[in-house]
Amino acid sequence: MKKNFKLIIITLLLILTLLPQACFSGSISSSELIKNAKEHDGKVVIYSGEAIGDVMVRGEFAWVNLSDGDNALGVWLSAELAKDIKFTGNYKTRGDNLEITGIFNRACLEHGGDLDIHAQKLRRISPGKEINQSLQPDKKNLSLILFGALFLIWILTLFRHK
Amino acid sequence: MILKPRLEDLKIIGFYLGKIILGLAFTMVIPILTGLFCKELNPALDFIIGIEISILLGLILLSVCRTDKDLNWMQGMIVVSLSWVVAMFLGAVPLYLSGHWKSFLDACFEAMSGFATTGLSLAQDLDHISYTHNLWRHFIMFLGGQGIVVIALSLFVRGFSGAFKMYIGEGRDEKIMPNVIHTSRFIWMVSIVYLVLGTLALGITGMFNGMKPFNSFFHGACIFMAAFDTGGFSPQSQNILYYHSFTYELVTIAIMVLGAFNFRLHYHLWMGNRKEIFKNIETRSFFIAVIITFSIIAIGLRQLGSYPSAFILFRKGFYQLVSAHTTTGFSTVYSPQFLSDWNPLALIGLILAMALGGCVCSTTGGIKMLRIGIIFKAIKEDVKKIIMPEKAVFNEKFHHMKEVFLNDKLVRGALIISLFYIILYILGALIGMFFGNPFMESLFESTSAAANIGLSCGITGPAMPAALKITYIIQMWAGRLEFMSVFTILGFLYATIKGR
Repeated sequence: MKKNFKLIIITLLLILTLLPQACFSGSISSSELIKNAKEHDGKVVIYSGEAIGDVMVRGEFAWVNLSDGDNALGVWLSAELAKDIKFTGNYKTRGDNLEITGIFNRACLEHGGDLDIHAQKLRRISPGKEINQSLQPDKKNLSLILFGALFLIWILTLFRHK
Repeated sequence: MILKPRLEDLKIIGFYLGKIILGLAFTMVIPILTGLFCKELNPALDFIIGIEISILLGLILLSVCRTDKDLNWMQGMIVVSLSWVVAMFLGAVPLYLSGHWKSFLDACFEAMSGFATTGLSLAQDLDHISYTHNLWRHFIMFLGGQGIVVIALSLFVRGFSGAFKMYIGEGRDEKIMPNVIHTSRFIWMVSIVYLVLGTLALGITGMFNGMKPFNSFFHGACIFMAAFDTGGFSPQSQNILYYHSFTYELVTIAIMVLGAFNFRLHYHLWMGNRKEIFKNIETRSFFIAVIITFSIIAIGLRQLGSYPSAFILFRKGFYQLVSAHTTTGFSTVYSPQFLSDWNPLALIGLILAMALGGCVCSTTGGIKMLRIGIIFKAIKEDVKKIIMPEKAVFNEKFHHMKEVFLNDKLVRGALIISLFYIILYILGALIGMFFGNPFMESLFESTSAAANIGLSCGITGPAMPAALKITYIIQMWAGRLEFMSVFTILGFLYATIKGR
C-alpha cells in the first residue's frame, strides 16, 4: 500500500511538471507560426528570438520585433515589460535573446490584421552585446592594390594623351 | 545580308559604356560617406573597393575605346542594355563583400533587383546589415528608377544626339522638355524634391511610432526611395510589417501612387494644370484597373474568410493591391500568407494588377496603363465600326497630355509590347514549374520579377536553384528595359556570329 502511494505521488509530480511543457510544446518557430497560423490562432504560445531594430513605445504598450533567424515576428507587450530589453539587434549589436509567452494572432483584430503575439510574459534567455568591428586586413590590402592599379592606369592615360 | 559589327562599333559602344560606368562609380561616394559618418569602416571599405573597380574599368574603356563619334540607334540601344548588366556586376561587388549574400550570383540578383526597381531579395540576416549597405540597396533603386543612363545624361553628357537614343533605350519614350538632357535633369529635380518631402513625412511618422530619431529618418529616406521608385526593398526583413503602423501604410500608399504616375503628369501638376490628372487616359485607366482588381481580390478574400472584419480585409487587400499595381512590392503580410490566407481568385486579382503596372515614363514596370488604355480604345473603335452604319466615319481619340487620334501604329506598338510582357510572364512561370513549383506560385513569382514588382509567395530565396535566379535576373532586366534594347543586343550578338 505504501509502495503504491509512493508510485502515485511520483506519477503526479511528473505529470504536474511535464504538463505545462506538453501544452506549450516548448518554443515554437516563426516558420511554423506563419505556415500553420490557423492552427495556432488565439492560443498561448512560447516564442523566442533576438530583439531587433527599435523598441517602439506606443503609450502604455510597445512593439518589439523578435527574429528567430528565419523570420521576425511583431510582439505587442506592455511598456513596463519592454523596459527589460537592453539591447536590440543591428549591425553593431547583437540583441537580447528573449522568450515570450503570449497569445498568437493570425490576423489581429486590434492591430489591423497583422500576424502578431500579445505577450504576457517576457524572459531574457541571454543578454545582447556589442559586436567588435575591427578593420579586415584582406579588404584593406585589396583596396590598396586597386588604388595602385588605378594610379598606374591614370599615369598611362596621361602619357597616352601627351 | 547581315553585316558583322565593325571594330568601330565596338569602340563607340565601349567609350560610352565607360562614361556611364564612371557615372555609376561616382554614385558610390554616397555610401562611402554614410559608412564614415556611421563609423562603419568595413562597409565603407567594401564601397571603396567597389568604386576603385568601377573607375578602373571605366578608365580602361575610355582609354582603349577613345572616339569622337556619336552613337547610332543600334549602338545607343546596346550601350543601354550593357550598362544595366555592368551596373549589376559593379553594384553587386560591395554587397557581396559584406558577407550578407551567399554567393556573388545572389549579390548580382540583389543588385539587378535594386536597379530594375523590383524588390525581390536574397539577402541573409538583413536585420544586422550595416546602414551603409542598406542605403546602397535603396539608393540603387533611386538610381535605377530614374534610369542609369539618365544619371549619366544629367551629369556627364553635354549634349549630343546619341543621348536621345540612350534615353529611349532605357524604356522611356516621352520627352518632358524639348531636350532629353533637360528632361533628365527635370526627372532628377522632381525626384529630389519628393525625396526631401517624403523623408520628412516618413521620418516624423517613424518618430511618432516610437522609433529613434536617426533610425526614423534613415528608414524614412530608404522607404521613400523604395516607394517612389516603386522598388519595394525595405531596411528590415519584415518589410512594412516592421513598423506596425496604419499611418506609415497610408503615407507609403501616397508615395507609391505618386511614383506610379508619368513624369510628364508631374510636370503638368507642377505647372498648375491639375485637370490633366482627371483627363489623362493613363490615370483614368489606372484608377479603373485598381477598382476592378481590388474587387476581384476583395471577393476572393471574402470567400475564404481570411480576415475577421471588413476594415481589415480592406486594409490588407488594398495595401497589397496598390503595392502590386504600382509595381512597388511592399508587403504587410508574410510571403507564405499569400498561399494560406489568399485564395486563387484573390491571387489572380493580385497577379493581374502586377501584370498591368503603372504609367509610362514613370519608375513602374509591367505592361503599363497607356498601352492598356490604347488597346481598349482600339477595341471600342472596332466595336463601333460593327455597330454603326457602314458609311459612318469616325476617329477614336484619347487624352494624354494633349488630344491624340488613335491610329494603327499606336495600337500596334501597344499590342506588341503587351504581347512581349505576357510571353515573358508565361516563360518565367514555365521555368518555375520546371523546377517543381506549382503553377500559381510560379506565375506569381514570374510576373513579380518580369513586371519589376518584388512581392513573393515564397519561391524566391537564397536556396532556390541558380538557373531560376538567372531566369529572374533576365526577366527583371528585360522587363525594365521594355525589350527593345534587349532585342538589339541579341541581334548584335547574332550579327557578330553570322554576319559577313
